[in-house]
Amino acid sequence: MADDVKMNEIAAPSRRFLEAWYMFASNKAALLGLGLGILIAGVTIFGPMIYPTDPFEMVGAPMSPPGEELLLGTDFLGRDILAGIVYGARTTVLVGFAATFFTLVIGILIGVLAGFYGGWVENLLMRVTEFFQVLPALLLAMVLVALFSPSLYTIIFAIGVVSWTPVARLTRAEFLKIKEREFVMAERAIGATNWSIMWKVMLPNAAPPLIVAATLGVGVAILFEAALSFLGLGDPNAFSWGYMIGASRDFIWDTWWAVTFPGLAIFVTVLSISLIGDGLNDALNPKLRLVK
Amino acid sequence: MNKEPILKIEDLCVDFKTRTGSVRVLHHINLSVKAGESIGIVGESGCGKSMTALATMQLIPTPPGLISEGSVLLKGDDLLKLNEIQMRDVRGNEISMIFQEPMTSLNPVFKIGMQISENIIRHQGKTKKEAQELSVAMMRAVKIPGAARLIKRYPHELSGGMRQRVMIAMALSCQPSVLIADEPTTALDVTVQAQIFDLLRDVQQDMGTAIILITHDMGVIAENTQRVVVMYAGHKFEEGPVDEIIHHPKHPYTRGLIRCTPHLKKNMEHEREELSEIPGIVPDLSRLDGLCPFRPRCSEKRRQCDEQMPQEIQTGDGHFVCCWAAGEDQ
Repeated sequence: MADDVKMNEIAAPSRRFLEAWYMFASNKAALLGLGLGILIAGVTIFGPMIYPTDPFEMVGAPMSPPGEELLLGTDFLGRDILAGIVYGARTTVLVGFAATFFTLVIGILIGVLAGFYGGWVENLLMRVTEFFQVLPALLLAMVLVALFSPSLYTIIFAIGVVSWTPVARLTRAEFLKIKEREFVMAERAIGATNWSIMWKVMLPNAAPPLIVAATLGVGVAILFEAALSFLGLGDPNAFSWGYMIGASRDFIWDTWWAVTFPGLAIFVTVLSISLIGDGLNDALNPKLRLVK
Repeated sequence: MNKEPILKIEDLCVDFKTRTGSVRVLHHINLSVKAGESIGIVGESGCGKSMTALATMQLIPTPPGLISEGSVLLKGDDLLKLNEIQMRDVRGNEISMIFQEPMTSLNPVFKIGMQISENIIRHQGKTKKEAQELSVAMMRAVKIPGAARLIKRYPHELSGGMRQRVMIAMALSCQPSVLIADEPTTALDVTVQAQIFDLLRDVQQDMGTAIILITHDMGVIAENTQRVVVMYAGHKFEEGPVDEIIHHPKHPYTRGLIRCTPHLKKNMEHEREELSEIPGIVPDLSRLDGLCPFRPRCSEKRRQCDEQMPQEIQTGDGHFVCCWAAGEDQ
């Protein structure tokens, strides 16, 4: 066989990515989610430059309805609702991603160790995981935030601590599956270390379901942050959508807009993330796709 | 070829702990291979062929597995005395292994070039660029067309034969002294099978690698090895030069195995004969009684078989057999 034998040319290295993208793009709901996601990202990044009103500042008459003085009206203190939503997006997105990152770090670490080593390591780590699972998540998060005084960091930490368990279980389950595949033994047979088998060989193979879980996790983290802020446990220096709803809840009959618009913002953000997550799930987990 | 053996397995015993007690899956296995030599291990599924290979590489999952007795001498050093870190330097470097399923033995998420260079970087401390060049050279050595282009491909983009070549390239990239091939062609079709064996023979000549070929196919053994070891239920039954074993098998089990191999040519010449089989099934390893495990299926069973396990006896030049019936023929 000579070097010029024509190999089948169908496959560029990016084929997997392209295939997943076609799968994703053929899903209308996922595209809608992606569109909303881009919109939210735009607001997060450029919003405060385009609409530089300070959300803490009283800029209009208190309780002025939408469209009268300002586009989305003001709350009971005369703060601009639109400015709140624009600035709140930053807090929301920051907390959503940072908490998810934290969740992934803990969850993957525990799941990888449990799934790889098995035996008593797995038993111990899974019992710890179950211990965290049976605690009421919101309550634990509140206790943690209250304990360490509310700030963005403690909120991120608290959300991470209460939501890593599904990631750990998912990672462990994937590892148990991948451990049986022959290439793991083949890697061992050419002298790979446990460490490199865990992180370089097995983890990339477990990536697709983890990517999906992470995406959906961002939505959950955003809801958590909103819930904590609503309950008054938000960072007092950061303006967030949950805080806006919580602050105006006593005036819900007089200023419905002060509660509704931030609520809509949370709804749209979480919806967009869920749609993206579902689309990714269909695109990256072909086995599930066949079931549908 | 009267050199010292490069790999010598002595008295190797492996036990597996199960819920009902300890099961011995390898019973005092002895075998050795010299540089540049090919030996074959044949036997039915579950006879301990692969277990011998995994024990040599110390890849048996422990627990439940345990190498309870014996030694594995590589160039005179006992591998069983090495710790895991030292053993890692041996695997892929001194002893390499290729597996049955080329479809699943490559990591699906990485490009093949990277998988080959990884091994070179790990064992030989080369830079990424040197390793890359060496990978391409290795792929050329295993006759992969368009090697420079193919290193950027993922495993799923290659055919089974190509993937097995990649596995071989990877296994040989550090020029190991011993290559263990565990049914390397079982998953491939016959023409590709022949190519792979030609290739193995070529690289063996170039590098002087010793090859241990594990298979259940007597035909493959006959064509590709010099010596053969017949295993059954964790015991070594017979060992000898390939021609000797094929033409004058001493053990009833070996005879059975050879009769089970179809002869295409004979059939073509209208001398059709029934393809025979060995009646019965492989025994449950947890119920062995210390006597010959082949006893219940053996057509030449005699009184001693129910009383004592036969010792290994030499019946010819390098021909060893472990059977009462063979002893009587002498």
